[in-house]
Amino acid sequence: MKSLEIKNLHAQTTDGKEILKGVSLKIKQGEIHTIMGPNGGGKSTLALVLMGHPGYVITQGKIFLNGKDITKLTPDKRAKLGLFLGFQYPVEVPGVNFANFLRMAVNEEKQKKDQLSPIAFRNLLLEKAKKLSVSDEIVKRMLNEGFSGGEKKKAEILQLALLKPNFAILDEPDSGLDVDALKYIAKTINALDFPLGLLLITHYQRILKYIKPDFVHILLKGKIVKSGKAILAAQIEKDGYENFNS
Amino acid sequence: MKKPVNIKNAYEYGFHKPDEPSFKVPVGINKKIVEMISDYKQEPEWMKEKRLKAYDVFKQKPLPLWGADLTKLNLNKLCYYNNPSQNKYKSWAKVPKNIKDTYDAIGVPEAEKRFLAGVGAQYDSEVVYHHLKEQWESLGVIFTDTDTAIKEYPEIIKKYFGTIIPATDNKFAALNTAVWSGGSFVYVPKGVHVTIPLQAYFRINAKAVGQFERTLIIAEEGSYVHYVEGCSAPIYTTDSLHAAVVEVIVKPGARVRYTTIQNWSGDVYNLVTKRMMIYENGVGEWIDGNLGAKVTMKYPSLFLVGKGARGEVLSLAYAADGQHQDTGGKAIHLAPETTSTITSKSVSVGNGRASYRGQVKIIKGAKKSKSFVRCDALLIDKTSRSDTYPTNEVAEEDVNLGHEASVSKVGEQQLFYLMSRGLSEALATSLIINGFIEPIVRELPLEYAVELNRLINLSMEGAVG
Repeated sequence: MKSLEIKNLHAQTTDGKEILKGVSLKIKQGEIHTIMGPNGGGKSTLALVLMGHPGYVITQGKIFLNGKDITKLTPDKRAKLGLFLGFQYPVEVPGVNFANFLRMAVNEEKQKKDQLSPIAFRNLLLEKAKKLSVSDEIVKRMLNEGFSGGEKKKAEILQLALLKPNFAILDEPDSGLDVDALKYIAKTINALDFPLGLLLITHYQRILKYIKPDFVHILLKGKIVKSGKAILAAQIEKDGYENFNS
Repeated sequence: MKKPVNIKNAYEYGFHKPDEPSFKVPVGINKKIVEMISDYKQEPEWMKEKRLKAYDVFKQKPLPLWGADLTKLNLNKLCYYNNPSQNKYKSWAKVPKNIKDTYDAIGVPEAEKRFLAGVGAQYDSEVVYHHLKEQWESLGVIFTDTDTAIKEYPEIIKKYFGTIIPATDNKFAALNTAVWSGGSFVYVPKGVHVTIPLQAYFRINAKAVGQFERTLIIAEEGSYVHYVEGCSAPIYTTDSLHAAVVEVIVKPGARVRYTTIQNWSGDVYNLVTKRMMIYENGVGEWIDGNLGAKVTMKYPSLFLVGKGARGEVLSLAYAADGQHQDTGGKAIHLAPETTSTITSKSVSVGNGRASYRGQVKIIKGAKKSKSFVRCDALLIDKTSRSDTYPTNEVAEEDVNLGHEASVSKVGEQQLFYLMSRGLSEALATSLIINGFIEPIVRELPLEYAVELNRLINLSMEGAVG
């Protein structure tokens, strides 16, 4: 059984500020886990640390992907082993064509004979883009350059759909989206044509109307203070995070 | 995170063939050498005089006190004329094997077949091959080497040679005028549009030689031509010198685009003077890509002498370990309603250094002129360096002048983002670099754009990871 397992993870910024103070979590393929929590609780840091961001240092604990210790691997190696991060704030990379970049990434792991030609990839990209209600113009545009907030979020999901990882961490895919965009994103995630374990980071409950989590975790001050079924999210909606302050 | 770069790992054109000159002058520079070159070429007396006068200027002028470090360039240890072949050919089949093999390896004959109107190939001091497709010849276009042009079109050469860049301009323009050999002569008659590019390829083969080609382009009224040049050389441990002079005349309403992809090996001093004189409503464009050479000093210039003349310089510099690219552009506005744009993009890798040096001058009376300068620098490593030296002299009030500059480091966030999609650090870095220079690359003929991207990818593969 494929899994993403985080064991007692402690991480700090390169200038020594401790953000994660012992996070443990196990996600199996096919499961949807949600991490909720107030701002500053460490949600985004967890996402970045899992992907191997060079701005953080892991001081304790380990990360296993499908049983393999990936704690010390560079981001590209983690990606190749099947991990994906959907960014909260995707950066713009001027002059790099979105479609060319994504084709390169999709083909990176494939044997030469299995690699998609530019035309085959373009068709695939347009098909997926349509499902997300992303304009065909996407094939001409530069990576995230001049994208609106909503377009950036959709483009992350588009990458997820084409890269087909085993596990995906989506860092607030819902923030700044209108209801229609949110629905498209949720629909695409629910209709993915490959098995996926999902770690969904969100500040709000709103997206959970469309994507039903199997488990909900509350991350507060760098620790998971409570885990439960979907019902936990509803409880938070009602009572806020205050009650979990330990 | 990164290892220092050695661009030589990636330099593919570093091979050399045996040096078998049919004639060469002794090492060093003096009046006798200048006379020997002129006599060997059986030149008319007026050209010999020009050379000797220029030699005097060269002797008197000091090395430039600004720009790159030239103190290690030993002008007395170079060979100033090395002729690989007594003949010039119009068919690749007849070109001596060693020389033809070199151009085959670089891909010149193949490119000629596919997308060029004409090709010239210079090997050390002489042009060994020259060919213009008949279609253009029949329209009166002339594309030959400058030595041949002196014999066949002496009146045109006499009229224009050295008028745009006099020998007194700078020490290396003087040196070129004294010992010049080869280069292209292009003449486009009134109203003729040469719709596909002409190309010249410059190759240094022998060790410690100087290559001093002299190029003259004349575009008559309303005509159009795109001239492309490429350069490469073997890797030796001794230095070579490439000091060209390029004079371009853009007559009223004409347009000339001059594209350079310079990929000299890391032991070549590349000190080139390039200038365009642009008349009324003419358009002159320099697209200047500098990837190779140990030291480059080159500032393609636009002299906007006619009302409504327009000019553009797109300068791209890539400085890897051990390289100093001191490049930029100049725009001199001497008439009203003239427009210039200078865009410079530089990438510094390892301990490479890229300097932008530019000048914009607008004289009194050049009313309603506009100039815009933009320079962006990208630094890859902590040891990489970039400098900007802009100069503006504006004597007219009714003008519009803009300048923007930026320096950025390869962003950790960009690198992380691309790597999180499974791209290696080397691949991610070259994507960022290629993206950064994309606004210039898209102006290149497709074949060159592809080649440039490939060269950068190759050099990054040797560099990181």
